[in-house]
Amino acid sequence: MNDVFQIAGKTYQSRLIVGTGKYKDFAQTRAAVDESGAEIVTVAIRRVNIGQDASQPSLLDALPPSQYTYLPNTAGCYNAEDAVRTLRLARELLDGHKLVKLEVLGDPNTLYPNVRETLKAAETLVKDGFDVMVYTSDDPIIAKELEQIGCCAIMPLASLIGSGMGILNPWNLRLIIDSANVPVLIDAGVGTASDAAVAMELGCDGILMNTAIAGAQDPIRMARAMKLAVQAGRDAFLAGRVPRKLYSADPSSPTSGLIAAK
Amino acid sequence: MIQISINGAAREFAESLSVSQLIVELELTGKRIAIERNGEIVPKSEHASTQLLDGDVLEMVVAVGGG
Repeated sequence: MNDVFQIAGKTYQSRLIVGTGKYKDFAQTRAAVDESGAEIVTVAIRRVNIGQDASQPSLLDALPPSQYTYLPNTAGCYNAEDAVRTLRLARELLDGHKLVKLEVLGDPNTLYPNVRETLKAAETLVKDGFDVMVYTSDDPIIAKELEQIGCCAIMPLASLIGSGMGILNPWNLRLIIDSANVPVLIDAGVGTASDAAVAMELGCDGILMNTAIAGAQDPIRMARAMKLAVQAGRDAFLAGRVPRKLYSADPSSPTSGLIAAK
Repeated sequence: MIQISINGAAREFAESLSVSQLIVELELTGKRIAIERNGEIVPKSEHASTQLLDGDVLEMVVAVGGG
């Protein structure tokens, strides 16, 4: 089956991208990422903790960048300037790495994206040679603008970051998917495996999640569930679902050859 | 004596030092970090040749778990 998933010219087998935050320790992070089958992992950029034990392992030891595609994010940035600065540092940190996740937040309570600043940052980053996967609202017009700016993937939220509320507006997501010429990935809001399957059945190209796995009671098992759900949802999308028949049934068994009624 | 701000905290050093020397001083040798000096990134290739001055403001970052 020819079903290629490409981001910024590189082909991936897995359509699941996972974050690396909120795990108990690096061993659990690694185990969950491996179980999820993800090839792209999201990381945050933060100040070095000066004075800490220099022999302590780092995330880069647990998940070597040689084995995974890193997707540095701008989590915690509330304006374009901070986001661009963060990703330039990430590029230096990761030896010229260009694939990044842009997210510019608008409010600390909802973590809802600030679209105006997101557009501004995306323009700067694209001009600066970055491959920008962009987190945004589920607004089809903004999604198209971000695509026209040159973002390599559009990542609308399913619901608020870390909320686990699932897909609140499948109709908008479908509008975005139908008009997009770049991959559309759900980013934020997935709560459990069925949410991931539904997103993929809608036609999303992939899903990015963190809390749904790391926050589960058994993160490793949930990572496997998510891998399977993404695969199942993708297969269901490609297979083509039966049309919904409202107010009428359609038996699967033959209607002829019934034994005679007494 | 020079004073440098590193990740928001003031630190004093007996004399001027290069970025490479600072990395050794902070026991960060071999760690994958990125450094910004007064708002400009200092590429790894320039760590040895970049001399830090009194009043410099540095940001040193690393990749951590996040989503």
